Amino acid sequence: MDFPKNYRYTKDHEWVELQGEKATLGITQFAQEELGEIVFVELPSVGDSFSKGDSICVVESTKAASDVYSALGGTVSEVNGILADQPELVNSHPHDKGWLVKLEGVNAAEFEGLMSADEYRNLIESK
Amino acid sequence: MATLHTPLFEEHKKLGAKFTSFAGWEMPVQYRGVVTEHKAVRASAGLFDVSHMGELIVSGREAEKALNFLTSNDVTKLSDGKAHYSAILNESGGVVDDIIVYRFSSEKYLVCVNAANSTKDYEWLIAHNRFDAQIDDRSAEYAQIAIQGPRSEEILRNVCPDLPALSYFHFAQIELFGAPAVVARTGYTGEDGFEIFLPPALAVQLWRALLTSGEKYGIEPVGLGARDSLRLEPCYPLHGHELSDDISALESGLGWVVKFDKGEFIGRDALLKQKQAGVPRALVGFFIEDAGIARHGDRVYSNSNAVIGHVTSGTKTPTVERALGLALVSAECKAVGTEIELEVRSRRLKARVVKTPFYRRS
Repeated sequence: MDFPKNYRYTKDHEWVELQGEKATLGITQFAQEELGEIVFVELPSVGDSFSKGDSICVVESTKAASDVYSALGGTVSEVNGILADQPELVNSHPHDKGWLVKLEGVNAAEFEGLMSADEYRNLIESK
Repeated sequence: MATLHTPLFEEHKKLGAKFTSFAGWEMPVQYRGVVTEHKAVRASAGLFDVSHMGELIVSGREAEKALNFLTSNDVTKLSDGKAHYSAILNESGGVVDDIIVYRFSSEKYLVCVNAANSTKDYEWLIAHNRFDAQIDDRSAEYAQIAIQGPRSEEILRNVCPDLPALSYFHFAQIELFGAPAVVARTGYTGEDGFEIFLPPALAVQLWRALLTSGEKYGIEPVGLGARDSLRLEPCYPLHGHELSDDISALESGLGWVVKFDKGEFIGRDALLKQKQAGVPRALVGFFIEDAGIARHGDRVYSNSNAVIGHVTSGTKTPTVERALGLALVSAECKAVGTEIELEVRSRRLKARVVKTPFYRRS
């Protein structure tokens, strides 16, 4: 599995890409495989605020709904609207087109504290 | 409790199945994916390991009488080689389990029961049997494989060329790989298909033969995930969801397999009283109009904000392609077109009662 080197990761299989004070969040390739075919994504509203660790989004397969936790604190500036019609993008392109939420007002220190791509890969391979 | 494996466990591992724990068994929940498997069954064929289900044999001079007392449907209407859907009811008219009864002869019947209720059903029947009939739990002697989908018959005939013609809910006893097997034209998906009962030692051989024979038709092995989305579209009930000991058979929509005129049976009095007084709850189908999916246990509200029931099953299904489900609600709210609200996590989703079933095979 390929994990972009400039992203950071959480043990709950979320990834974050930092762009200054903005960040893009999604779930990893490993997560989408565990979840199976996704049929619905419940996204937050623009303007909602979250702390690190809050449930920010729910990703649903036919069988179950799974929480996605915010890897960073911040305020939602954009959500991936395409997922309303194409939730399966989270399965096919989990690290890019299947992104979930963009946050603004994020803390770079929180980002630095997350796992690197190598650390995340070690975590998965030890499973 | 130790985890049980069917004779096909290694086959599922080889096929890359993801497993789940179900009724004490480690069962495949999916192989290539729930949506893929569901669509394959509707388009051509799917193969299911249902060996975890229970098989009870009721035999003896009063086997027919015993079963007629212990179950809701009319056993006297069966003939050799015929089966019917039925329910084991408790004294309040609630459903101990839903079952299929197969008549081999007037003195021998096979009762197929849900895996989760195998022991419970066996103990219930033994406790309430006051007839000259014997009840044996023969689950360990049967593996069960289901093939479902429009191409099922062709695929099965390639493996069993001597299979006699079978109409729906009929079964035949055949010789398969040199041993006795039962092939029934029954299923839980809403498609044409067969359920095959055979000795556990032959399960792997049949499984592989059907996958090979079905390859050119696009057969897929199907797990419990798609089994659930498949049965929901034609609105087949699932015990523990639409059916339970404290939901009456009439509330669950099983009235069609409750034969009040056949004579005495457990649950008859309670259900008759309920019929006369008016059945208090009803099982309805719904489509969700807002964006979201409701699931088992989610509360149902009327459009005047009163709690009227709960969701018994719900998901977004691959063939009907809508967020839908079944709910047990106050009978006043059962009319098609009734606007309801579903509480999903902390949101309220608008939904409405629709005609069922959601899907019928063409």
